Amino acid sequence: MTTSTLATDPLATSTRNELSCQSLELRYGSRTVVDGLDLTLPGGAVTAIVGPNACGKSTLLRGLTRLLDPAAGTVTLDGSDVHRMPARTLAKRLGLLPQQPVTPEAITVESLVRLGRYPHQRMLSPWSATDQAAVEEALTRTGTAELRDQPVDRLSGGQRQRAWIALTLAQDTELLLLDEPTTFLDLRHQLEVLDLVAELNEEAGRTVVMVLHDLGQAARYADHLVVLHEGRLAAAGPPAEVLDAALVEAVFQVPCQVIPDPETGTPLVVPRGRARR
Amino acid sequence: MLAVGLCVLVLCLALSLALGSRPLPLSTVLDALFGGGHGRDADVVTGLRVPRTIIGLVVGAALGVAGAVAQGVTRNPLASPTTLGVNAGASFAVVTAIYALHLTRPVEYVWFAVAGAAVAAIAAQAMARQSGDLDPTRLALGGTVLAAVLTSWTSALMLASRRTLDEARFWLAGSLAGRGLEVLTPVLPLIVLGLALAFAVTPALNTLALGDETAHALGVPVTRIRVLGGLAVVLLAAAAVAVAGPVAFVGLAAPHLVRLVLGTDHRWLLPGCLIVGPVLLLAADVLGRVVVRPSELEVGIVTAFLGAPLLAVLARKAAR
Repeated sequence: MTTSTLATDPLATSTRNELSCQSLELRYGSRTVVDGLDLTLPGGAVTAIVGPNACGKSTLLRGLTRLLDPAAGTVTLDGSDVHRMPARTLAKRLGLLPQQPVTPEAITVESLVRLGRYPHQRMLSPWSATDQAAVEEALTRTGTAELRDQPVDRLSGGQRQRAWIALTLAQDTELLLLDEPTTFLDLRHQLEVLDLVAELNEEAGRTVVMVLHDLGQAARYADHLVVLHEGRLAAAGPPAEVLDAALVEAVFQVPCQVIPDPETGTPLVVPRGRARR
Repeated sequence: MLAVGLCVLVLCLALSLALGSRPLPLSTVLDALFGGGHGRDADVVTGLRVPRTIIGLVVGAALGVAGAVAQGVTRNPLASPTTLGVNAGASFAVVTAIYALHLTRPVEYVWFAVAGAAVAAIAAQAMARQSGDLDPTRLALGGTVLAAVLTSWTSALMLASRRTLDEARFWLAGSLAGRGLEVLTPVLPLIVLGLALAFAVTPALNTLALGDETAHALGVPVTRIRVLGGLAVVLLAAAAVAVAGPVAFVGLAAPHLVRLVLGTDHRWLLPGCLIVGPVLLLAADVLGRVVVRPSELEVGIVTAFLGAPLLAVLARKAAR
């Protein structure tokens, strides 16, 4: 059932922006959430992490970004231990959009996005042209430039999510980790965010790792799929190779067919079962 | 906007020098300040009102900035040195010292106030600590619980000893009166250090407002910032309490008033509080001198009286 990730690309180990973990164990108190995970997330690609609720997806993201110290094992970025890097050094290479960030009252879109420059700024150093350029680029790319003076807490869900993505873009990191970026959004806004992710990868060359719930969307937008089940790796690899009916049934306990997506040819999960007549 | 604030501050300073429970003509005040005037009225101005005004300026600034940092560190708009247990800790230590060591002068209270504030802050942090991380909600909750316990012990001590009650009650009400500038000497280093720490953590406070996860992701050492910010609050609040007694609401209200005008950016909020804190405290003090002439109301009573409705308004706003 477990597929090796390294098998997908023999050159993967030499690629830059490659995040990986070795025998990673993550715990909350005495509860082990991620148990002995070996994983490599290919640099330059879009990776989607999927799995049932409470399988350890978000916890894994917390471990990869140092929000949670590992109980055992290591997390490395291009070979160096992430948990030993200075916080700012890591923050210049790896950005994270949490699942439920806190929006300060009345903060404007531009003020929010400017905070993304924090790791690049020094005490008493003035706001530089580079800082402003990064903010402008982030606003333009996410289509929030015309919203720059609006308070974030008055935006629609989709606009707000784009403003938050703009903050992580202004951070100007090669790697972007997004924790369920499409949750709470309607279908149009979900696709908007995912299209933005695809653009960031294709045009700006960013490596993206995102936690998703929708398997069809994950298969459409990701080059690399990681399936977690009860804190362990169930499968990893290109969606077309990994996603099949047996896997979905084993991991999600949902009997289904997997058919080619009529639009893209990527795997599409169609659950079996009742329909109203 | 800061310029307008500075003008209001200058006005408050002038009023604090000009107005008192003893009505003096403006010419007498000016003569005492600049003309080298002599006599009883001139002594009132230079000997009483000048130190009182300077003490108000320093204590107000310390309270305002302490409130802004307390709210930033806990991400809680209702936080202040009072809700973090710092004021209650300082009060309890001072009243205990008055009870056990027979202290009588504010200048002797300083180190007890600092120690009490520090112990209370550390205890509140210990209560809030959860697997190494400092949870802001638990911090505010722990501080409030601690404040309730310490306040009841303080009351018990005062009820147990008539002498302690007499000695402590004016200090506990919070007052700028009856102190010379010498009370500032021991606390000045604390205030300077507290302000330096507060301004050092200012850029990081802006990222803490986005939630701990985002702040972490931006490379902010979240727990270290919280500890340093907490230390700034302790130093500033302890210094203020030691000099003027526990004055409520200035630390809570100043950041809210500044935010209304300058927004949520801490790089504006802190300088704003440096100005609005003294404005509030001096205005309350001046008001206390004139409302019950020829007697006086302690400034702590005035701020509590005016601050209670403000707290109600803020709580309603926060609940929405």
